[in-house]
Amino acid sequence: MVSGNGEPILEAREIVKTFGHVQALRGANFSAYTGEVVALIGDNGAGKSTLIKAISGVARPDGGEILFEGRVVDIPSPSAAQSLGIETVYQDLSLAPDLDGAANIYLGRELVRPGLLGRLGVLDKHAMREGAVKAFSELGVAIEDPDATVAYLSGGQRQGVAVARSASWASKVIIMDEPTAALGVVQSARVLDVIRQVRERGLAVVLISHNMPEVLQVADRIEVLRLGRRVATIARADATLESLVGAMTGALELEEQP
Amino acid sequence: MSSLPGARPDRPDASSPDGAGTGVQVGLRRLRAHVFTSTSPVWIFLALVVIVAVFGVMRPGQFLSSFDIKTIFINASVALMLSVGMTFVIITAGIDLSVGSVLVISGVLAAKVMIAVGGGAAHATTAGWGPILAGLAVGLVVGVGWGAFNGVLVALLEIPPLIVTLGSFGMALGLADVITGGVDVAGVPAKLNATIGSGQIGPFPWLVVIAAVVTAVLGLVLHLTRFGRYTYAIGSNAEAARRAGINVNWHLIKVYSLAGLLSGLGGILSLAYFTTTTISGHVTDNLTAISAVVIGGTSLFGGSGTMFGTVVGVFIPVVLASGLVIVGVQSFWQQVVIGAILILAVYFDQLRRRTRSRR
Repeated sequence: MVSGNGEPILEAREIVKTFGHVQALRGANFSAYTGEVVALIGDNGAGKSTLIKAISGVARPDGGEILFEGRVVDIPSPSAAQSLGIETVYQDLSLAPDLDGAANIYLGRELVRPGLLGRLGVLDKHAMREGAVKAFSELGVAIEDPDATVAYLSGGQRQGVAVARSASWASKVIIMDEPTAALGVVQSARVLDVIRQVRERGLAVVLISHNMPEVLQVADRIEVLRLGRRVATIARADATLESLVGAMTGALELEEQP
Repeated sequence: MSSLPGARPDRPDASSPDGAGTGVQVGLRRLRAHVFTSTSPVWIFLALVVIVAVFGVMRPGQFLSSFDIKTIFINASVALMLSVGMTFVIITAGIDLSVGSVLVISGVLAAKVMIAVGGGAAHATTAGWGPILAGLAVGLVVGVGWGAFNGVLVALLEIPPLIVTLGSFGMALGLADVITGGVDVAGVPAKLNATIGSGQIGPFPWLVVIAAVVTAVLGLVLHLTRFGRYTYAIGSNAEAARRAGINVNWHLIKVYSLAGLLSGLGGILSLAYFTTTTISGHVTDNLTAISAVVIGGTSLFGGSGTMFGTVVGVFIPVVLASGLVIVGVQSFWQQVVIGAILILAVYFDQLRRRTRSRR
């Protein structure tokens, strides 16, 4: 594992976010390193989603700073995050069910034919199909018919398309929000395989999950949020179900609070 | 399965719980998917072929005569323009009830402009191309304007399209009546009818050529271009399209404007053919167009549909009406049959959606 080498590719420092009277994040820290899967866990309301929204440009933090490759960056929109090389797989998938896998992977970034046809907006369906088949096979996503509309795929295959879509465009960081929440055992296992594949490509993978066995299975490092703050950073070697649950519930505090 | 790209040999059985199964099962599932995919308009095309064949056998001399075929195509031209625009709108999961009224007001204003520019009611019938082109331009601009109005209300104010276009349906028709006092505007330049209205290019009527070219071009736009792809994507999952960076609001405005443009074109074609506006004749055009699009396999829920299906859906009622008259059956039966086909088409779409959501 390359985790922990040098400085993090993505780092959040002292992030504060308030919704009305509710302080969702009260100085949360977070870091992700290239080539590792970092799991972000915490009980409901711990601030996981809010933190992820801040990093992926969906919601702007009220305080604190986000560092990307060592520089302080401003991420005002999802497309700003995308242009940094950060892609997010949303919990509700964000696929167009009536389009096929290739169309979904290239949605909003369609390839057009060269020359005049391209200027008229004529799509290069062949190139996109090839790109999609390549992306699926690289990630080990088993889709026997790349022309099938996503609606006809199984839940696991759909998740595969969503991950392949993000992985195709993410050059640095990929954030996955509960990617296995809606899946069965076998399908979940396949998605975890895909996550490992993405890590092997040298991306930083941020995995948000409620499923502790799954976290222990795939994560290289685990960061625990509680009440809007990071309370623990645990290497996989040191992590047990008990230590994770303890950190989440507050029975165990491993990080010094300011 | 394991020989296909993407399958992983270390877990040969892993795909079975996903429902992939053996090659035969895959083939069967794909076949079933195609049968229930309402985007494949094969069934409805076969129905059209059967209808034509039946009438052709019953009255070979008459039904297949070039005069009747020409009449059928001419009758379909205006409806086709409205239905082509409606196809784009319904694929975005929208609806446009205003098409017939926009057709009327475009025709009325086009006629008014032709007459005014052509030197008033006394001279306009002999006017040349200048006034005609001015009128055509106004008709198209009015159409686009109404469409854009619909689109802005739907996209930016987020008012349901059913209500927006029901409102503009009444507004456009009401305004046409206000402008004309409810009396049709006649006396447009005779040249308009002599060319676009009843003229021919070789053996083909102008009306049919214009309708065919517009339909073909927009069919290509729908199926081959980014514009078409965004239309499907928005109808399939607007939120996904938005997150993918597509400017959904702007695209919806463009789609409704296109429907308006085609309604304006329909108004011009109708004006050219009848040499008068037909204010009271388009109240049910919207339903005709929606039926044609839905019969052609486009899903009312958005995200799927084909231009070819819409063309077939336009021709079925027209062919039925002509055929029934020729074989001496009351043509009212056409409405009965079309109603039944419409219900059936939507039922098949529901079946399709059910099969896929079960997975």
